[in-house]
Amino acid sequence: MADATNQTAEPVDRHSWLRGNKKFPHMWCPGCGLGTLLNTVIRVFVAKGYDKNETVVISGIGCTGRIPVYVDCNTLHTAHGRALTFATGVKLAKPNLKVIVFMGDGDAVAIGGNHFIHAARRNIDITAVVVNNSTYGMTGGQHSPTTPLGMKAPTAVTGNIDPPFDICNLAVAAGATFVARSTIFHYQQTFRLLSEALEHKGFSVLEVVSHCHTSFGRINKLGSHLDMLKQQRDHAVVFTPELDVEKARAEGKDLVIGLLKKDATRPEYCDQYEKLVIQPSQAKQNRGGV
Amino acid sequence: MSKRSSGTQLHPYVTFRLSGTGGQGLILAGRLLAEAASIYEGLNVVQTNSYGPEARGGASRSEVVISKGEIDILHSPVIDTLVCLSQQACDAYYGDLSNTGLLITDSMLVGVVPTARAVEVPVTELAQTLGNKMTANVIALGVLVSLTGIVRLESLKSAVAARAPKAFLELNVKAVDVGFQAAAAVVGKWNAKRRSAIPDYSHIRG
Amino acid sequence: MVTTAAQKPILLSGNEAVALGALAAGVRFYAGYPITPSTEIAEVLAVELPKIGGKFIQMEDEIASMGAVIGASLAGSKSLTATSGPGFSLMQEHIGYAAMAEVPCVIVDVMRGGPSTGLPTKTSQADIMQAKYGSHGDYPSFALMPNSVLECYTLTIKAFNFSEKYRVPVILLSDEVIGHMRERVVLPDPATLEIINRKAPTEPREWYRHYPDKTTGIAPMASFGEGYRYHVTGLTHEEHGFDATSQEVAKLLEKFKNKEIRNTKELTMCESFCMEDAEICIFAAGSVARSARQAVRILREKGVKAGLLRPQLVWPFPKMPVEEVYDQVRFILVPEMNVGQLRKEVERLRTNMRVKVKGLNVLNSVMITAEQVVERVLQIDFRSGSESEGGTSNG
Repeated sequence: MADATNQTAEPVDRHSWLRGNKKFPHMWCPGCGLGTLLNTVIRVFVAKGYDKNETVVISGIGCTGRIPVYVDCNTLHTAHGRALTFATGVKLAKPNLKVIVFMGDGDAVAIGGNHFIHAARRNIDITAVVVNNSTYGMTGGQHSPTTPLGMKAPTAVTGNIDPPFDICNLAVAAGATFVARSTIFHYQQTFRLLSEALEHKGFSVLEVVSHCHTSFGRINKLGSHLDMLKQQRDHAVVFTPELDVEKARAEGKDLVIGLLKKDATRPEYCDQYEKLVIQPSQAKQNRGGV
Repeated sequence: MSKRSSGTQLHPYVTFRLSGTGGQGLILAGRLLAEAASIYEGLNVVQTNSYGPEARGGASRSEVVISKGEIDILHSPVIDTLVCLSQQACDAYYGDLSNTGLLITDSMLVGVVPTARAVEVPVTELAQTLGNKMTANVIALGVLVSLTGIVRLESLKSAVAARAPKAFLELNVKAVDVGFQAAAAVVGKWNAKRRSAIPDYSHIRG
Repeated sequence: MVTTAAQKPILLSGNEAVALGALAAGVRFYAGYPITPSTEIAEVLAVELPKIGGKFIQMEDEIASMGAVIGASLAGSKSLTATSGPGFSLMQEHIGYAAMAEVPCVIVDVMRGGPSTGLPTKTSQADIMQAKYGSHGDYPSFALMPNSVLECYTLTIKAFNFSEKYRVPVILLSDEVIGHMRERVVLPDPATLEIINRKAPTEPREWYRHYPDKTTGIAPMASFGEGYRYHVTGLTHEEHGFDATSQEVAKLLEKFKNKEIRNTKELTMCESFCMEDAEICIFAAGSVARSARQAVRILREKGVKAGLLRPQLVWPFPKMPVEEVYDQVRFILVPEMNVGQLRKEVERLRTNMRVKVKGLNVLNSVMITAEQVVERVLQIDFRSGSESEGGTSNG
């Protein structure tokens, strides 16, 4: 496993993965976690030595959906919530391509929730990175399916009453074979987990807890982006099988990060498809009449 | 776009409707009649279905239009030969039968027959005697072909044989004969005048 | 299956013919969701595609199906989905996406009674306008309407050809009657078929633009994994796929329009029957055109000079042939199984106010018969004889 601090890659390699000629500076707010994540993603691609021509970066709509614009490979910016459906088509049609999908929390588990659980169920070899900032940032901070109870939003002015999803639990339950969580603050952890997720054969989910200081943070008085990064640091606890989640939560460590599930035994969808041979005897069953 | 129009002539055609309840195999029977006429007799056919949402038990019907010429009838309000394997179907569709048309019913399942000209054959009972209730649809086709002559007996047998699963091939070909003979037996008891009311469509295949 | 079936008469259903046509056109990817009355298309391709190295996937819904179809097409596969009204509604989001991102694909809508769940096992022609305006925004719409089992085969190939050539989603508007009916057909020899594949780019990779502005609206297209690293988006974009300025926005929409208007010759597909000396025109498409053709025969037998004009391609609408008809006939009858979707389009092109446009709108989900068309023609013709020359022309 490559270490983030010990990369052999030259900066020039990293820049070669960026569409620097036209699209910088990027469109995210100063201090946004997405810039940091983009940096991490490019470093992983370089460290892994991926071929730009055989890598496909796909996204939905929202702040996270803008990631592909900056990456110099095959990039596909789809409709809101639908990134995984396009990714399924690309992957099944050309299984040799490396497919990585970026989605926001609303993108992945609200409007795209159905596609998310079904991609996990199929265990198709796609890496889904869900950037969870608990809000719809691009539309102005409305509450999302991961907004904690009681938090405020322009569409939940007295505090959110919709119980939130735990994205990782959802992925585990739906059958994803690699599930992990990290935060923007835990840069090295993200690098390591993303590298592992991309190498995993099957549907891998990496939830990256991020911050939106511009809307969510401001409305809920959570401070600057630096304050919110510190909150990520202070609330995080690394998952181990021995971890007592309830005890950790009581101590204020309610953000469990690290590798939560890895199952290399379940067959991958495209592999299964390749084995698909229709036996003539299976094609028709009959009870005697015509 | 200004091609000279061809095929402007009206061709004679006959229409068949096979009706009953879902699960009796009538849609498949329509297909077999259509295959016998198109593949083995070289005639043009249009075969359409109408059915309810249920796979079993709902009303079900299949229509077959047969002609030597081009057919542009996808649904005919008037039927020349109507086969009814349920009372419900007979009640519903008898009104669509043409004045000179032929009604074939399952004498076991259709108790109230609306016309004295109907040919009543116990197809389901014959199928049970044959050992497989699923062959009722094929027996009904044997009856239909025996009475109307729309296709040759061999053509129907070939169509049935081509579609029957291997293990049941003999049974289904036999079912055609059973229907063919049963119809002849029923009509054989009729006097000449009554028998002459049965339409003969053998001229359609020329 | 395709080659052995060719040139020998077989009894085939419309839906089976669509699947065989798609295979002949070179389809390599199908994604769909089961829905009556389209399911047979998926069932044939589920068996046939794995045999030829193609991919078949049953997705979680029709939105996902269309997404997968677009993704696969970008990866280089000719892609197809099939559905009916309710699923077609769900697909509209991505049909607009395919038009915006210029991704070739074919969507089969086997129309059934609507609105909403409607009549799953009964026929209708009520999705004609949805095929044109179903998705939001102004985009080029291509829709073919087969009237026979053989045309289910040939027009499916045509649909793929149009989609690959013009880089557009193309819709095949079949209906329950056409989809489920069986006819005796002799499929054409595969060697005689015209199959169009997307044009590969010839310029050096670094010069490649995925959305170049061409006056004809047709540009070569590279696939993912071929070394052309481009950006695909549903956002309004410039030639490289990045955010557009307002001039570039107008240019893009202009280009979309040009796909239709710069190619009218190829995009006028109309069949006329007995129109040479016709005084009455019956304008009908799809399954209804069959009853209309029989009606013309019956009317001719009665000495009524009727003819049939049948668009095989309903979108773009056949403007020229319809305008010509206005100079020829006394009235136009538009029989259709909806409340008048085609009639309104015919009326919109009216150049001669003396020519009446009338409808025959059968809404009971039962196929329009030739007799109904004949009766309607005679009814209108009788009236037109008794009316003064300046009679009203409302439908």
